[in-house]
Amino acid sequence: MPIPASILTLAAGILLALISLWAGQNINLMPVAAADDAGTVDALFKVLFSIGVGLLLGITAMLVVALVHFRRRDGDHLDGPAVEGNLPLEVFWTAVPAIVILILGVYSYDIYAQMGGMADFHHHTSMPPREVEQVSLGHPADPETVIWGGIDRTDGMAFPVEVTAMQFAFIFHYPRQNFTTGELHLPLGQPVELRLKSNDVIHAFWVPEFRLKQDVIPGQPTVLSFTANRQGDYDIVCAELCGPYHGGMRSKVVVEDPRSFEEWLVHNTPATVATAPDSSPIA
Amino acid sequence: MTTNALPVSPHHREPHPVDVQHHTPWHEYFGFSLDHKVIGIQYLVTGFFFYLVGGALAGMIRVELVTPLSDFMARETYNQVLTLHGTIMIFLWIVPVVNGAFGNYLVPFHVGARDMAFPRLNAVAFWMLPPAGFLLLSSYFIGGAAQSGWTAYPPLSITTPAVGQVIWIVSVLLLGGSSIFGAVNFIATILKLRRSGLGLFQLPMFCWAMLGTSVLVVLATPVLAGALILLSMDIVAGTGFFNPALGGNAVVYQHLFWFYSHPAVYIMVLPAFGLVSEILPIHARKPLFGYRSMIYSILGIVFLGLIVWAHHMFTSGTPPWMRLFFTIATAIIAVPTGIKFFNWLATLWQGKLALNSALLFCCGFIFNFVFGGITGVALAQVPFDVHVHDTYFVVAHFHYIVFGGTVFVIFAAIYHWFPKISGRLLNEHLGRLHCLLSFLGFNICFFPQHWLGLNGMPRRVAEYDPQFQLVNQISSVGALLLAISTLPFLINVAWSLWKGVPAGDNPWQACTPEWLTSSPPPVENWLHEAPLVTEPYDYGSPEDAMPVTTVQGRELWSAGR
Repeated sequence: MPIPASILTLAAGILLALISLWAGQNINLMPVAAADDAGTVDALFKVLFSIGVGLLLGITAMLVVALVHFRRRDGDHLDGPAVEGNLPLEVFWTAVPAIVILILGVYSYDIYAQMGGMADFHHHTSMPPREVEQVSLGHPADPETVIWGGIDRTDGMAFPVEVTAMQFAFIFHYPRQNFTTGELHLPLGQPVELRLKSNDVIHAFWVPEFRLKQDVIPGQPTVLSFTANRQGDYDIVCAELCGPYHGGMRSKVVVEDPRSFEEWLVHNTPATVATAPDSSPIA
Repeated sequence: MTTNALPVSPHHREPHPVDVQHHTPWHEYFGFSLDHKVIGIQYLVTGFFFYLVGGALAGMIRVELVTPLSDFMARETYNQVLTLHGTIMIFLWIVPVVNGAFGNYLVPFHVGARDMAFPRLNAVAFWMLPPAGFLLLSSYFIGGAAQSGWTAYPPLSITTPAVGQVIWIVSVLLLGGSSIFGAVNFIATILKLRRSGLGLFQLPMFCWAMLGTSVLVVLATPVLAGALILLSMDIVAGTGFFNPALGGNAVVYQHLFWFYSHPAVYIMVLPAFGLVSEILPIHARKPLFGYRSMIYSILGIVFLGLIVWAHHMFTSGTPPWMRLFFTIATAIIAVPTGIKFFNWLATLWQGKLALNSALLFCCGFIFNFVFGGITGVALAQVPFDVHVHDTYFVVAHFHYIVFGGTVFVIFAAIYHWFPKISGRLLNEHLGRLHCLLSFLGFNICFFPQHWLGLNGMPRRVAEYDPQFQLVNQISSVGALLLAISTLPFLINVAWSLWKGVPAGDNPWQACTPEWLTSSPPPVENWLHEAPLVTEPYDYGSPEDAMPVTTVQGRELWSAGR
């Protein structure tokens, strides 16, 4: 007696589910994770990858089975059955993807909110006192000091670094120590806040290992806050076409333990801040 | 109980005994013809010419990326090449061919009309294409082409050499205008020129796809035109609409640009969906599964397609609520799209599949587009998109959609309708070779690019980290295979035009009205009255049909027939 088709279908479904779960858990396509939220992004990617593998394999299998099993044999001039549709089936393959997608949407929203992507920037400025003063006087806030967007979960309590993007380099300014470098150093396990502004065209600040990217837009400062959690050197990549040397616009971020980071800060801080030629107030 | 084993519906018969071979004089294809069929072929051939140009540009990109250094061409030239490649492939190949070529050739047949509603406007729309294309190409030779990508984001597009950028804008405005003229014509033709007795819900699916597409074109393209005119004023007249240095807002341009350019994806894929819905039932010998749900999913895609644009801007500093809204809207568009793919699979299931080039290209399309759709749903999730936005992951994703999706359908459609257009069949062996090479070349070229993006390679770069060299070389080999895959196709078309097997009027035993006339069709489309086809997918035998060649009298007798 042949095995009933329903049992074969069930077995194929179980096999497919196992394969996609295995693939999601065991095939790692991402680079090493070096920031606190990178792990949660990777977890989301694993879910997306599992669902994707299952869907692609399932549809491909159906396509191949159809092409082999239902191919027209020589001398067969008959048509297939005149099936015009099946309403319950249509409802099924409308409802199931819709539910899956809504669940995914809520899940990724939750991750994004956790990362700080839903932060409210209405009253958040890179230089709070001045802006508050201006607003209280009835002047519109200076667009250069308003934060227009980004990822922020630290309410300004994090260690600040000012990032300036220009054709074709990133420049890093440490406002508390008042010095500027071409290489970003960050303390391990300590929240930092990058305040990004651009001098010319749009750039994008991307560290693949942090899973974070933020456009750096002229006239619209943005913010990116996170906690690096793995020591090492990582590439900073410009991800927005910014001109002929876009591909060469790279920089380095060094994540080091807090003690060597402090040493690096001290080593680079100008010796006598008070007599520095720059007379502007130190942030 | 049916008495007839072979379902010989009226449409299966050869439609008319008149055997008039009509040949359009060759010079009409180079002139201001008002015949929708001539215009369709003009679009197809012009589009294919630009496909070869765009492909050559893609080849230059892949050669540059064989090594991590910028050593094949100057960096400025590289940016010009990638800008031209994107612009040509979208505006001069895919949009004009799926809309202009197949829309013009097929829609009047499908609605039972002898031409489009506005033949002169139709010809004008086509004749805007060659000047726009040659203007765009010529910009390379006069001061250099635009360098800011097909997206032309300011302030970069304001600061790169002005001549190339302004020519780019003029060219895209012409092409957008052409597209709008075409869309107005399709809407009028489908709604107003239907043969009497032909209802909207009796139309072939391609007409619904063209109706939906044309609505998108009419609603979205003017927004792009407006944005580009403002951008050109920023460049030429020193205004500050998008120039932050003059108080402008660079992000507003992105909103306006993507308000058109995301629907543009559906302007490219919806007609392709329509073509697949025409091709599959004929070669599977089954009705199109779920006719009504196919229509509603087109309408759903049209509506949702208009409200997803900001998913291109998740890292641009848009307000948080916007990211939430556009995530859900974008992901949910997979639902109506998914309906279409499940319906196509159900159309194939239990059919009698002729494994010819047209059907195989459609199956390649299904695989590639499902792949691109899955990565699309992933990209809609903001936390993931933040990582892969503007990387090779995105490059791979949209090539799976527009190349693996739409271009595969264009080839399927050429294999399917070439006999109607030319009166001769294409060679199937060369066709299947073309399909195999395209499928392998395409996947070898673009599949590895997902990994590149995930691991840190941004898009639009002439130089990259050496760790990515091997995978880039694999991708370039795929591109080479893709280039080679064009050769059997070109040989096939040239040889078949000259010596191909005569096709007859209806080689596929199809029901739709374009097959119910001679091949090639006469100027009037049908010498007699236009046929009334109320069931365009009237294929399939009733479940209890008996094969007419083997059935014996006693079986009929015992079955009570």
